[in-house]
Amino acid sequence: MTWVAAVVHGILLGGVYALLATGLSLMFGVMRIINLAHGSLALVGAYMAFLLVDHLGISTYLSLAVVLPGALVVGYALQVTMLERSLRAGELVPLLTTFGLLIVIANLLQYFFSSDVHSLPAGRIGPASWHVSSAVTIPWFDALTLGLAIFVLGLLEFLLRRTQLGRELRATAEDADTAELVGVDARRVYARATAIAVATAALAGVFYAMRSSFDPSAGPAELIYAFEAVVIGGMGSLWGTLAGGIVLGIAQNVGTEINTEYFALSGHVVFLAILVCRAALGSGRVRLRLPRGAVS
Amino acid sequence: MTGQTLAAPPSAARVERWTLVSALFTGALVAVVGLLALAPLALGENTLNNLIQLFFLVVLAVMWNALAGYGGLVSVGQQAFIGVGAYATVFLSVQHSLNPYLSMLLATLIGGAIALPIGLIVLWLRAGGFAIGTWVFAEAIAILVSLDPNPAIGGGTGTSALLPFNLRYDPTQRLHYTYWAALGAAAVLLAVLFLLLRSRLGASLQAIRDDEDAAASVGVRVLLGKGVLYVFAGAGCAAAGAIILAWQLSILPLGPDSIFGVNWSAKMIFMVLVGGLGTFEGPIVGAVCLYLLQTYLPGSIANGVWYFVLLGGIAIGFALWVPRGIWGTVVDRYGLRLLPVGYRLRTERRTT
Amino acid sequence: MTLLQVEALDVRHGLLQAVRQVSFELGEGETLALVGANGAGKTTLLRALAGAHRPAGGRILFDGEDITAVPAHRRVRRGIALVPEGRRLFPGLTVEENLRVAAGAGRTGPWNVESVVAAFPILAPLLGQRAASLSGGEQQATAIGRALMTNPRLLLLDEVSLGLAPVAVAGVYRSLATLIEGGATIVLVEQDLARGMAVASRLACMLEGRIVLAGAAGELSREQVTEAYFGLGKAASA
Repeated sequence: MTWVAAVVHGILLGGVYALLATGLSLMFGVMRIINLAHGSLALVGAYMAFLLVDHLGISTYLSLAVVLPGALVVGYALQVTMLERSLRAGELVPLLTTFGLLIVIANLLQYFFSSDVHSLPAGRIGPASWHVSSAVTIPWFDALTLGLAIFVLGLLEFLLRRTQLGRELRATAEDADTAELVGVDARRVYARATAIAVATAALAGVFYAMRSSFDPSAGPAELIYAFEAVVIGGMGSLWGTLAGGIVLGIAQNVGTEINTEYFALSGHVVFLAILVCRAALGSGRVRLRLPRGAVS
Repeated sequence: MTGQTLAAPPSAARVERWTLVSALFTGALVAVVGLLALAPLALGENTLNNLIQLFFLVVLAVMWNALAGYGGLVSVGQQAFIGVGAYATVFLSVQHSLNPYLSMLLATLIGGAIALPIGLIVLWLRAGGFAIGTWVFAEAIAILVSLDPNPAIGGGTGTSALLPFNLRYDPTQRLHYTYWAALGAAAVLLAVLFLLLRSRLGASLQAIRDDEDAAASVGVRVLLGKGVLYVFAGAGCAAAGAIILAWQLSILPLGPDSIFGVNWSAKMIFMVLVGGLGTFEGPIVGAVCLYLLQTYLPGSIANGVWYFVLLGGIAIGFALWVPRGIWGTVVDRYGLRLLPVGYRLRTERRTT
Repeated sequence: MTLLQVEALDVRHGLLQAVRQVSFELGEGETLALVGANGAGKTTLLRALAGAHRPAGGRILFDGEDITAVPAHRRVRRGIALVPEGRRLFPGLTVEENLRVAAGAGRTGPWNVESVVAAFPILAPLLGQRAASLSGGEQQATAIGRALMTNPRLLLLDEVSLGLAPVAVAGVYRSLATLIEGGATIVLVEQDLARGMAVASRLACMLEGRIVLAGAAGELSREQVTEAYFGLGKAASA
């Protein structure tokens, strides 16, 4: 593969990451929670699809008809049982409980599915691709994924800007107390946000599983990629998340060109480099001396 | 109008740090450490091995609690330092033929040194970002180690410290020396933390925990306080990593049993949540709980995946329903404070 | 007809007892001016009525039903709306979105975006503007409009004149007068005694968490109220 091809593939890969990152971004924006189990929930979506495909012989795309509604329910239930209590209990508690959930899910998946590596069939478009030039081919599936990511982001943007639920979500995110005073049920708003977040995670997990193989240990990796995409793109902006996902995808693919083992590492390096830049810029000056009384 | 300053009323209150109970307890603790030091003379191989495990679990729990309980920093990436401590020990003793115990000490310092630049980068992040940021560092370091071509490091297949130990010591000596190293590390780290908390740093950390912005506004150097904690925890986890290496001799950089694995964080979080977040004695209680669980759960569960499902589930349960942990609940119920980390205000009752 | 009954209400604010044993009744169509110095407990009382603060003791009855344990968003559905101190608009939302977000409360009535704009004409050109960029008077109009969007039976207003230029205050009170003429039931917290007494039919004065003076606005003299406000005279021994 040439460098151009690497960049193009990186852009396409960015679609998956953007999709993965959307739910994380949404939950953080509305509730200020970083759901450490986000990647694991995406993986559960993939495994549910796998069960349906394996046992019923249906196509992966059809399995989404079951997986997505299921994910909505799981997300809603997760919020009203565990996350709501965690929110009330303190600032750090959501991190601790979602981390615990990550561990529980990873090991339950290990128990039920063992370490076998699987992949979801991508259907007839799986092997199809455009030959744009002699060096660059664009797999249809990757293009579909990017298109889907843009569509979902657009849908979410529409939801947030033009519907009553969206207004309630944004109002609750800005000032939950006052939202309650104008009749918004914050509990229900949070539950719906989590439901949407888990559903997009499951969707992303299924598409991730169609383009690469997965096993029970993939959850943390997906979480880290999602988070890196969010941070690179700048937290709080949906389209920034898309940009972040694309940058991450490019970084990873370009890194692979240098050395096939550098896939994940390149992403980490770019992520950490951006952190360093933000830290240096954030402090206002690039110095070794720690600013006096600085609040992080 | 007379230009006199108002005379302050004679002080009716004294600030105390030690109570009778805490003085007795601290004395008892020192005695226990002394007794434990004599253990190799009396106890068998199995027990000593188990105790080493208990000691490094205590170190890990205390370090994680130092970060989260006293600094408000939830780190899911301390395994970076555990791995660094273990690998640095191997590197120094295999590559440079240093005495393995000296290597362990140096590895501890290396862990602290690495924590400085990492801390400068991640401490700017808010809670969730800090957690994942530390994890990314751990993953990145793990990958770098697995790609290292140096035969002493061993790349993806891991490495072992068997050689440097066997060259110098027979197995019994290794066991005893490692035991004393582990006990010593735990005791010293606890003592250092104790002193840190009693110093001005301790008071400023309490202020930061209560209200970071308010603390900064009265001149508390928030970043400095957190930075000191982070370096201390880095060194402590590296020490634990070095002990783990001396105990199990072979380590892997990747995979579920990796020395850089997130399962270490799972254990740390379990111990601190069960023992008592933010208390000094809590993590020790939590380490004992994990140790008992590990030792006395039937092998089929203890070695299988249900072990971590259990740990995760219990951790979630404690986080939601017993937020103060076992020890914290005891402290709240009985007003007990065994180690004098805080202050007491003693006022004399006045009769009017 | 009695719309609101408060019985022996105790509300804590942190460690402080902000409202002590407060009792009063309000009939439909009445306007109660709640006056008192800073820290007297007026805002806490209003927030307790709206459901933002859980009382430590006592009861609140709305339209005959005990709503003491009903959460804030359900009280809005029953018809209680609060315009909070400091307006508390949603800064990232536009004026229209601020209004519409309150429309989800599910109550029917004359108030919608069009009628709110009719009542507060200064909002007409501002509907698409973000709330954070509004002036004080414009924010106050939006905040009151937002509360009205829930078609409330009881409107609670907390310090609507705070931080506003006199012209803006006059505008707000003109709109208030129109609402009162229309038969609205209002509890109005106001530091400006003159304004409060001018629009209200009833008046209550709070001091250190208690109501130390209450009565029909027309029957109380300025001197009586001033004394109660500052805790002088007979009221001081309460």
